[in-house]
Amino acid sequence: MRRPHDFHGGIYPPERKSLSNTRPLRRATIPDQLVIPLSQHIGAPAKAIVAPGEDVLGGQRLTDLAGLPVHAPTSGTIVAIEDRVIPHASGMSAPCIVIDCDGQDRWLDLEPWPDYRERDPAAVVARLHEAGIAGLGGAGFPTFRKLSSARPGQIRTLIINGTECEPYITADDILMRERARELVLGIEILAWLCEPKEILLGVEDNKPDAVRALESALTEIQTPIELVVFPTKYPSGGEKQLIEILTGQQVPTGGLPADIGILCQNVGTAVAVHDSVLLGRPLVSRITTVTGEAVTEPGNFEVLLGTPMKQLLADAGYREAPRQRLIMGGPMMGVTISSTECPVIKTTNCLLVPSAKELPANASPQACIRCGLCAEACPATLLPQQLYWYARAQDQDQLEAHQLFDCIECGACSYVCPSHIPLVQYYRASKAAIIEQRADTAKSDRARERFEARQERLEQAAAEKEAKRAARKRAAAAKALDAGGDDPIKAAIERAQARKAAQETSPASAGDAAREKIQRIEARLEKARAKLAADDGSDATITAALTKAVETTEKKLTTARAELDAANDPKEQTP
Amino acid sequence: MSLLVVTSPHAHGPLSTSQVMRTVLLATIPGLIALTWYFGPGTLVNVIFGGLVALPCEALALRLRKQPIAPFLKDYSVLVTSTLLCIALPPYAPWWLILVGVAFSVLIAKHLYGGLGYNPFNPAMVGYVVLLISFPLQMSSWSAPVPLIEGTPGVMDALRACFVPASYDGVTMATPLDVLRQNTGQTLEDLYAATPQLGHFGGVGWEVVNLAFLAGGAWLLYRRIFTWHAPAAMLVSLALCAALFYDEGSSSSGGSPLFHLLSGATMFGAFFIITDPVSSAVSNRGRLIFGALIGVLIYTIRVRGNYPDAVAFAVLIANFSAPFIDHYTQPRVYGHGKDQRDE
Ligand code: SF4
Ligand code: SF4
Repeated sequence: MRRPHDFHGGIYPPERKSLSNTRPLRRATIPDQLVIPLSQHIGAPAKAIVAPGEDVLGGQRLTDLAGLPVHAPTSGTIVAIEDRVIPHASGMSAPCIVIDCDGQDRWLDLEPWPDYRERDPAAVVARLHEAGIAGLGGAGFPTFRKLSSARPGQIRTLIINGTECEPYITADDILMRERARELVLGIEILAWLCEPKEILLGVEDNKPDAVRALESALTEIQTPIELVVFPTKYPSGGEKQLIEILTGQQVPTGGLPADIGILCQNVGTAVAVHDSVLLGRPLVSRITTVTGEAVTEPGNFEVLLGTPMKQLLADAGYREAPRQRLIMGGPMMGVTISSTECPVIKTTNCLLVPSAKELPANASPQACIRCGLCAEACPATLLPQQLYWYARAQDQDQLEAHQLFDCIECGACSYVCPSHIPLVQYYRASKAAIIEQRADTAKSDRARERFEARQERLEQAAAEKEAKRAARKRAAAAKALDAGGDDPIKAAIERAQARKAAQETSPASAGDAAREKIQRIEARLEKARAKLAADDGSDATITAALTKAVETTEKKLTTARAELDAANDPKEQTP
Repeated sequence: MSLLVVTSPHAHGPLSTSQVMRTVLLATIPGLIALTWYFGPGTLVNVIFGGLVALPCEALALRLRKQPIAPFLKDYSVLVTSTLLCIALPPYAPWWLILVGVAFSVLIAKHLYGGLGYNPFNPAMVGYVVLLISFPLQMSSWSAPVPLIEGTPGVMDALRACFVPASYDGVTMATPLDVLRQNTGQTLEDLYAATPQLGHFGGVGWEVVNLAFLAGGAWLLYRRIFTWHAPAAMLVSLALCAALFYDEGSSSSGGSPLFHLLSGATMFGAFFIITDPVSSAVSNRGRLIFGALIGVLIYTIRVRGNYPDAVAFAVLIANFSAPFIDHYTQPRVYGHGKDQRDE
């Protein structure tokens, strides 16, 4: 058997998996109403192809194929297409399709493709697109896109991620136990599509039941899939870490696994691939772990996408407590959800509702004692303590020099930090600031180009006018000469006309625009200052971000004023 | 009901800074017991009085720096500094010596440089060196080990020594390190026979004291308070130097490896001083270099220098070079180049 490699760092948080994986898979109650966000992943949202009032059947596609489509998880009536709150760290709302379920669960006729091998691979990839298959492990990247972006023959190693390294989550564990056969068949489809030299299925050694189930499925179905079991350590399920464990290779910074001939897919995705190709079933449900000490009956649920989280929580016996956290994902990288009205989406692998005792809220941070525990834990081999110093100093050059962007935000450093410094929070804020600044620079570059182009146009126009005026003057002079005398009145009129023309082209309008812009920026500055004043300073990152916002706006204001001055300066405008 | 919105990670490891500091304090206990057993209660009085001086100093410094006092006092870091300094001081030190040393460590070496986490030099060792340079006499008279003298000093004697130094007249004796440094003519064998305080290897009392600090250090390693890199590198390099210049125990010998490992402040330094995270190198590879450098320096200063022990100077010099070590031992970030990683 292949000897797994190790990766730098990593931590061993309490796993707490037995809370949820000791109970059999249950079916979540079908709610009265499903709320299906049009966009469940990064990228442009899909466009709805149904209208309110329309009846739909289970499996029916609800959106066009511009993005990754979503489907009706059961039969019912579309009652609205409107903004609803979606599961996102910012608690934002986005367009959703709302379906009143009729409880009959009538389905479209499905079209299984047991003979997919006889078909064009492109057609199979298109089917994955149509079925709305997305990565079910992490960011929910559309699977068809990952498959079609690789050049033919580029993929040497297909890696199937059954690691599930985050504490608490057992959705993939249960999936591997209950649907090992479908998983293996799904992997075969993926392998048929990308023709790798080797297929590796990586599982952590804390899932012996899943490993047994997979082993027996693998002996039953003869396939070249190689099962690799390796020691449990967080974050071995991170794509980059798993690649290193299984192949000993590292993904070059800023690159993709495909650059070194590797394609990674999650086990859930592979099962969804199986369902869509062999059964013709689009992605309308998933397995979600509901766990934590705030539910009395934790476990795993097969749940329809669009089910409000409160419904799923109720199924698990959720009892509300003050200052409760609802985490989508695990305790290390999950995001807190602001409302239990949020629907379950394709990437909802876990709902974690911890009691205050099991995951205490963050203690107040103390000084960094440079103990280096963070550096030892960092799977990216960064120096988190240095990054922290530079983040506090807002030294963006040093942050980039110390490879801030190689940070995978796994949280291992924050986890071990004895001074309870919210390191990841600093990194996120710094990354956002740097990205924003890059965008700003790009934008102001564009603005400057536009300004200069306009300037040039104006100058040209003025020059032309001037030329015409001179020509007229010459003609007039000639005429006057012809007439045998000077005509002062006509000359005066001409001069007045010329002045007026010059004024018209001169930037009265540009000045107005600049003044308007200044007003807008002033209003924004006012708001930013008010926010900063209202901030209680309890969170250093927020305060820093607010201060930064005020500073940037102030800077913008100065630039805008300078622009206005320039616009009003007659020397520059009327040559 | 409103839900709490916070950012990940939501879980936190069991360790906290004040816990780290408390653990370090606890780990000094075996060494303190051994010191008390062999040299009487002098060191204990040092440590307690030092702690009583340190707390108000810290509070004053925090106040001057307009920092919140309570949370920082609770991190125990100032007690660690004062305790380590007071263990290094000779037992039965007068109160003013302790006061000056602790105050200098806390006010100047720690807070003038920006407080916990910012100080480039180990505050306890800065205090020690300042005392050594200012008061060489008091700093180089170490009391005789109890088994070699009559009449063990009691707690009252220790208190008198501390607060009414003029009235205390303790028995002092050259430490084994002094004996060896001053040796000119005798082979080591003769020297050990002629000088009772040399004991078996590192000196009567010193051997046990060092083993006790080693035990405390091993416990800290086990608790993962620090990594093995710096202490191991220091002990190995010190032993290697000693082996290299052992010279078969001739009259010009620098002393055996065991003598150096078990004498003076070797183990105390290895596990309690050079492991101070703030002033040491950051990466593991860096800490190996940092520790090895200290080992070499200790040996050189012990044999060539003129001071009772070399640990403090060695540590300060190494503190000085830590930023350079860090600069050249930056680990290779994931996905950058192919050379071997720093494991
Ligand atoms: S773990 Fe925390 S205290 Fe230790 S070096 Fe890293 S940031 Fe500083
Ligand atoms: S969050 Fe970033 S810096 Fe911290 S351990 Fe993970 S990769 Fe390293």
